[in-house]
Order: sequence, then structure tokens, then C-alpha cells
Amino acid sequence: MSKLIGWIDDRFPLTKMWNEHLAEYYAPKNFNFWYFFGSLALMVLVIQIISGIFLTMHYKPDAGLAFASVEYIMRDVPYGWLIRYIHSTGATAFFIVVYMHMFRGLMYGSYKQPRELIWLFGMFIYLALMAEAFMGYLLPWGQMSYWGAQVIISLFGAIPVIGDDLTLWIRGDFVIGDATLNRFFALHVIALPFVLVFLVIAHIIALHEVGSNNPDGVEIKKHKDANGIPLDGIPFHPYYSVKDIVGVVVFLFFFATIMFYFPDGGGYMLEHANFEASNPLKTPEHIAPVWYFTPFYAILRAVPDKLLGVGAMGAAIVLLFFMPWIDRCKVKSIRYRSVIFKANLTVFVISFIVLGWLAMQPVTATITFMSQLFSFFYFAFFVVLFVTSKNESTKPVPDRVTS
Amino acid sequence: MKKTIMKNTLLSIVMAAAVLFVPAVAMASGGAHLDKAPIDINDKESLKRGAKAFADYCYSCHATSFMRYNRIAKDLGMEESEVRDMMIHTYNKKGAPTKIGALMKVSMTPEYATNAFGTAVPDLSLTARARGADWVYTYLRSFYVDPYRPTGMNNVVFPDVGMPNVLWSLQGLQEAVYKTEEHGGVEVEELDHLKLVQPGTMSEAEYDAFVADLTNFMVYVSEPAQLQRRSMGWKVLLFLVVLFGFAYALKKEYWKDVH
Repeated sequence: MSKLIGWIDDRFPLTKMWNEHLAEYYAPKNFNFWYFFGSLALMVLVIQIISGIFLTMHYKPDAGLAFASVEYIMRDVPYGWLIRYIHSTGATAFFIVVYMHMFRGLMYGSYKQPRELIWLFGMFIYLALMAEAFMGYLLPWGQMSYWGAQVIISLFGAIPVIGDDLTLWIRGDFVIGDATLNRFFALHVIALPFVLVFLVIAHIIALHEVGSNNPDGVEIKKHKDANGIPLDGIPFHPYYSVKDIVGVVVFLFFFATIMFYFPDGGGYMLEHANFEASNPLKTPEHIAPVWYFTPFYAILRAVPDKLLGVGAMGAAIVLLFFMPWIDRCKVKSIRYRSVIFKANLTVFVISFIVLGWLAMQPVTATITFMSQLFSFFYFAFFVVLFVTSKNESTKPVPDRVTS
Repeated sequence: MKKTIMKNTLLSIVMAAAVLFVPAVAMASGGAHLDKAPIDINDKESLKRGAKAFADYCYSCHATSFMRYNRIAKDLGMEESEVRDMMIHTYNKKGAPTKIGALMKVSMTPEYATNAFGTAVPDLSLTARARGADWVYTYLRSFYVDPYRPTGMNNVVFPDVGMPNVLWSLQGLQEAVYKTEEHGGVEVEELDHLKLVQPGTMSEAEYDAFVADLTNFMVYVSEPAQLQRRSMGWKVLLFLVVLFGFAYALKKEYWKDVH
């Protein structure tokens, strides 16, 4: 065995990579609950790619056949229903895990110097993931697939001058049709997965270059022993590999519960209207995007002007990219930051969740007003953070990690 | 500080759970009140009765073209010959009887249906999933006499529906009873309830049970794999519980020297 590895090592940096990224990658020893979600996100990506490969073996990207081919998978392909539910539950799981992972970053200041690029790569992953999910949702070719795509693509029409030509270019037809379905399929199964995997690799390489942050927000590399090993660091493998396995099992328990017993997630994961084949002549009574897009959809609906609404929705995402520069506080972790920051972040999270709920309600005057109010809170987070973070009154940060 | 983090953790978990499990209300019901369908998907006898009702009353016009005959035999524990006798009355192009492994289509063409009913007859493979069991259960019990409709019948849940009430001989005939309501100073006639004016061959309780069986069958047809997934689900969960024990012990063993 060691001879074989030696043979490989002479030709490929196998042991070197193993050590750099696992056996001799020193991670802070004080990771808590929130640090499970990075490895979980990676696992969900793998689940989606594998289940997706099996789905493409039976799915037909053709406007005349797509809907029936999904039902064929659900009924006639052995364990096809299982593969399909793994993939549809995986989409929801991906967003839950990624939102938790991002929230962790916000709490412990993981986007701050020297980890700005990790955050930026992460934000691009999030963007690619949204595109991936949106295009994947068209493929079952149900009513909600069709009309959801219709609504979202028409948003590009709000852009002055080029808007109409742009929507035509995206659809490849004057309406959503076979051309749209085919190109979304190509992008969903080839282009975007490539982009995602590439970005994930970049995200991890950048992380392993500077080292992980931790709940105390202190740099463990500041205190090293005689061998240059951080005093508060432990090798990722075996310590965090065995710990993450526990997280994976707990995660899979929730995953399997939803997949086997609530596969449509009460109509939020597989919407009821999507069990009706797409029909360009019949608009569903109530079009709502899948839950993971709803906070941004609420911001869009809150603004009366279409162009400004699209702008606000875009800004809601773009602002997150700039977190490393909006937050000017030197202290990283929420543990040692001011009450203002804690309150600000809490309001932000609540606004995000409430906006998500609001977007699923039929429009009334109250709902619109509440959407405007919570959109205001959402954006206020960035303004308040920028203004207050420069001279924030923080608590003393310990030299070494606690507990 | 730890406390706040705990609180935040809890809050996000509760919120995530709330988003996932609150049932969606936006199902198409035409605004009418829906009765809860008293169905049990694990009741094989009810499903068999429902299959019979479906074959007798629905299947001449409505296809379930994503479903195969022999799947019903397999899932409901019936002989293939039983299903053949009950459901297959058609022949293929060569004149041979339709095969048991075929998809459950009907002979009626959309053109013929449009001529007869004003609209194509919908496929029922996924109706219970798209509209919900309660909708199906209530819809089939909500026809009433309406001389202004071509079929002489209207429906509370699906106003001006093209379908005639094919179950009228079982249920009897219902008439709408109206009440007068005031809305903003204007008196409006509103539908209050339905009254049985001519009894059918079944009592009200018998008819409700009949429709419940039919609804049960339609729920099954909308996702035949649900029988399988429920029985597989708990085994997977049990395996994960055992695996958790090992994974946790392994983690503890490795971590005992980390201080």
C-alpha cells in the first residue's frame, strides 16, 4: 500500500494534498453548531449532482414530453420517485443549509479581512445556486414552472431600452416554449453545475489559504507552538471529519423525514399547481415562487414601480457582496460586539423571514404595507451597519479561543 | 452572550420549520368551503371499492394516462384478471384486447368531448395532487339542479363546470337554497346550502362513504409510490438512529483528548 502511494506521490501530489487540506489543515478547536453547515452544503451539492445524473437518464427536455416524463420517473422507473424526491428535497435542503452557513458568516464576521475573497466566492456560489434552482424548476414543465419562469424572465423586461430584446434573447422565443426548456436544461445540467463546482473549489482553496475563522473571531495562527502548529488548532482530519459525520447523520434524519413523509413540503417544495401540465392559455390563480426566493420577491412586490422594484430586488442581493466593506468594525465575532450590532442583525434576520412569508400571501393593502416596512428594515441593516460599525464600542477580544 | 446565540439558533430553527410545515392555503377551491375527506390511504379495501367506483362511473370519459392497469393490481393486492375484468373494455389497433401493462387511456377524443361538453375531459392522474383530496371529496358531493346549465346541473365548488353529475342516480338530486345578505347596503342572494329534493339509491351516509372511497383511490392514483415511500421511510430513519449512535461514539472517542 505505501509503495503504491509512494509511486503515486512521485507523479501526483496525493499525500501533499491530503495533508494540506485534511490531515494537516489546522482548524480552530472551538467550532460550534453553526460550523456544520459548510460541510453539509458540500454534501448536498454531491447529492444533487448524483441524483440529477440519474434523473437526466429518464427525463425528456421537450415541451411535448417533459411533464409526462417526470410522471414516468415517478411511476415506472424503479425507485424513480425516490431519486426525484431526493433531488427536489435536496433543492430545499441546499438553501436551508446555505442560509444557515451565511448567517454564521454574518454572526462571526467570517467575511472580514483576510477572508473577503472567501465571502465573495461564497456569494457567487449563492448567485449561481439561485440561477441553478430557477432553471431546474422549469424542467417539470408544470403550471408553476411555466408561469413562475414567465414572471421572473419578464422582470428583465423592466430594464430600459434593451429590456424587451433581452427577454426575447433569454427565452429564445416570444413566449416560454420548447426553446426555453431546452436551453434551461442545458444550463441546469451542464453549465451551472460546472460553475458551481469551480466556485466551491475556489471557496475552499481560499479558506485553506488563510485558515478558518471561529466563534470567537480570533486568529489561531497568532499563537503557534515550536513546530509552527497553532496552539488552538486541531487537524481537520480526524477531529472534524468524525464530528461532521455526526452532523451529516442528524441532517440526513431531517432530510429523510421530509423526503419520505412530506415530499411536497405542504405545497412549498412541490407546489400543488405544478401537478398540472403547463398551459400557456391558463394563468394560475396565485403565482408564488418557491420558498427560497420569496424574501426577494416580497421586496420586488413592495415597490410600486416595476423598474425600481427590480432594482431594489437586485440591490438586496448585491449589497451582501459588499459586507466586508460595509462592516467597518475591527472586532469579528458577535460575542464581543455592541448591542447595536446584535439588535441590527436580529432585525435583519427577522425581516428576511417575514419578507419570505409575506411574498406567499395574496396581495392586499396590509400585505403591501408590511412588505414595504420590512423591506425598509432589510436595507436599514446595511446603512446602520455602515454608520455604526466604524466607532463601535466593543468588548475586549480574548487572545486565545475560549472553551 | 451564549444565551443570545442559543436564542438565535432556536429562532431560526423554529422559523425554518414553520416555513416548511404550514400547509399551503392557496389551493384552487373557487372560494367554497371544503369538507375534510375521511380517507385512509392504507385501507386496501377502501381503495379497491374506490377503483371499482372509478371504473364504473369515471373511466369511460376520464383517463388516468400516467397510470398502468397492472400497477393497480400489484399495489392493491388484486389479481390481474380481476383488474382486467373491472377496467379493460377496449381493444388495440390490431383488434386484440388492451394489455394489462398498458397506460390507462380512454377512447374519447378531445374533439368529441369539446363537442359534447364544451371542453376536453381532464386526465385524472394527478387531480387529487393538484387540487387536494378535500376538493375532490367536496366537489363530487356539491352538484345541484340548475336549469340554466346545458347539463341541467351546476356545482358549488366548480361553478359552471362542463361535467354532468354522473353520480346523480346514487346521490339523488340536490337543490340550492339561497339566503339574502346585505353587502354595503345592497341586498345580494347568496348560496346557503344544498337540499336533497329527490333521493337516490343511496342514503346520504352511504353516498359520502362511496365518494370517500373514490377520493381515496384518486389520491392513490395521483402518487402510487406513496405506499412504498411510507413503508421505506421508517426503516431508513431507524437505520439513521443506529448510525447516529456509532457516529457519536466515534466522535467522543476522538475528541476526548481535545481540551
